[in-house]
Amino acid sequence: MADRTIDREPMAETVRITGHHGDEIEAYLAHPPGGGPSAGVVVLHHMPGYDEATKRITRTFAAHGYAAVLPNLHWREAPGASPDDAAAAVRAAGGVPDERLVGDVEGGARFLRSLESANGKVGVIGYCSGGRQAFLAACRLPLDAAVDCYGAFVVDPPPAGMPLQVEPIVGLAGNLSCPLLGLFGAEDTHPSPAETARLEQELARHGKTFQFHTYDGAGHGFFAVDRPSYRPHAASDGWSRVWDWFGRYLAA
Amino acid sequence: MCTYHTERVEVTGSGKGPDGWFPLRLASVYLDHPQHALAEHTLNIDFLNPAQGPSARVAVELGEESARALAGAILAALDAVDSVGSLP
Repeated sequence: MADRTIDREPMAETVRITGHHGDEIEAYLAHPPGGGPSAGVVVLHHMPGYDEATKRITRTFAAHGYAAVLPNLHWREAPGASPDDAAAAVRAAGGVPDERLVGDVEGGARFLRSLESANGKVGVIGYCSGGRQAFLAACRLPLDAAVDCYGAFVVDPPPAGMPLQVEPIVGLAGNLSCPLLGLFGAEDTHPSPAETARLEQELARHGKTFQFHTYDGAGHGFFAVDRPSYRPHAASDGWSRVWDWFGRYLAA
Repeated sequence: MCTYHTERVEVTGSGKGPDGWFPLRLASVYLDHPQHALAEHTLNIDFLNPAQGPSARVAVELGEESARALAGAILAALDAVDSVGSLP
C-alpha cells in the first residue's frame, strides 16, 4: 500500500525546453505519475522570479492531474544565479521582453504537447507580471485556456520612473485565442479595479469568453502563501475557480 | 506587476556578497514588494557590479522608517567627519 501511495505523488524535475529564437532555457516540470492522458499548463512566475513558491504552485497543478511546466523567464540574463539575483538583474534591464515571452510560452506549450501523456490541450496561468504575460500569450498563441492572476499594465502603462519597459496590450483583446479567467484584488492598485473593468469591456466588445472575479479585502499577490499579501479566502476561492476553468476547457 | 520608482546611482567602494568582497559600481534604490522581508513593500537597495554578473549583488530590504533612519545616519556620520576634520 505504501508504494501505491508514493506512486500517486506528482513528480518534478528540472528540464531544458526550447524557447524563443531556439534558445535552450531552464524549466521546472511537474507531472502526475502514469501515462495520462493529461492536459498541460504553462505556469508563468511573478516578478520576484523562478522561485520556490512558484515551483510549489507548479507541483500543485501536477497534484491535480496536469502536466505543468514553469519556464525560467530570467534564464538568459542570469543562468544559474539565485532567483532573487536573477530577478534584480532582469528588473534593472527593464523586464522580460514581450516577444521573448511569447516565444518562451510557445516553447513551453510545444514541450507539453510533445509529452507521451499529453491530451493535446494546453492552458497558461501567470501571477503578477506573469498575469499580464498569460494574457499576452493567449492573444498571440493558439491556446485552450488562460488565467490572469492580477496582471498589471494590460490596460494602463507603468508609472513614470519605473524601469519596466512594457506597453499596454489591451488592444490585443480581439486576438484572444481561448477562454480567459481573471482573478484580481479589490485593493490592488496595479491593476486597479477600474483597469480590469476596462479590460472586461474590451473582451465583451469582442465577444470573447471570459470570467473575472475581484475579491474584497484582497490586494496584489493574494495567492502568495509566503507573503503578507496572502488572503486565504480569496486564494481558496481563486484556486477552486482555476480548477473549474481548466477542468472545463482543458479536458480532451 | 511589482515595480515602482527606481533611483540608480553610480558608486565606488566594495561590498561583500556570498563569494566574498567585490568592487561596487552601481546602487539601485527602489520601493517594491520584497523578496524576503515580511512586508507588503520595502525600500530595497541593490549594491551591484553588473560587469561581474547578477550574483555580484548585496541586497537589503528595509521598512520605510528604517530606510529613512539609515539615510539620516549616513548623512550624520559624514557630517560629523566634516565638522571634526580629517579622521585620525
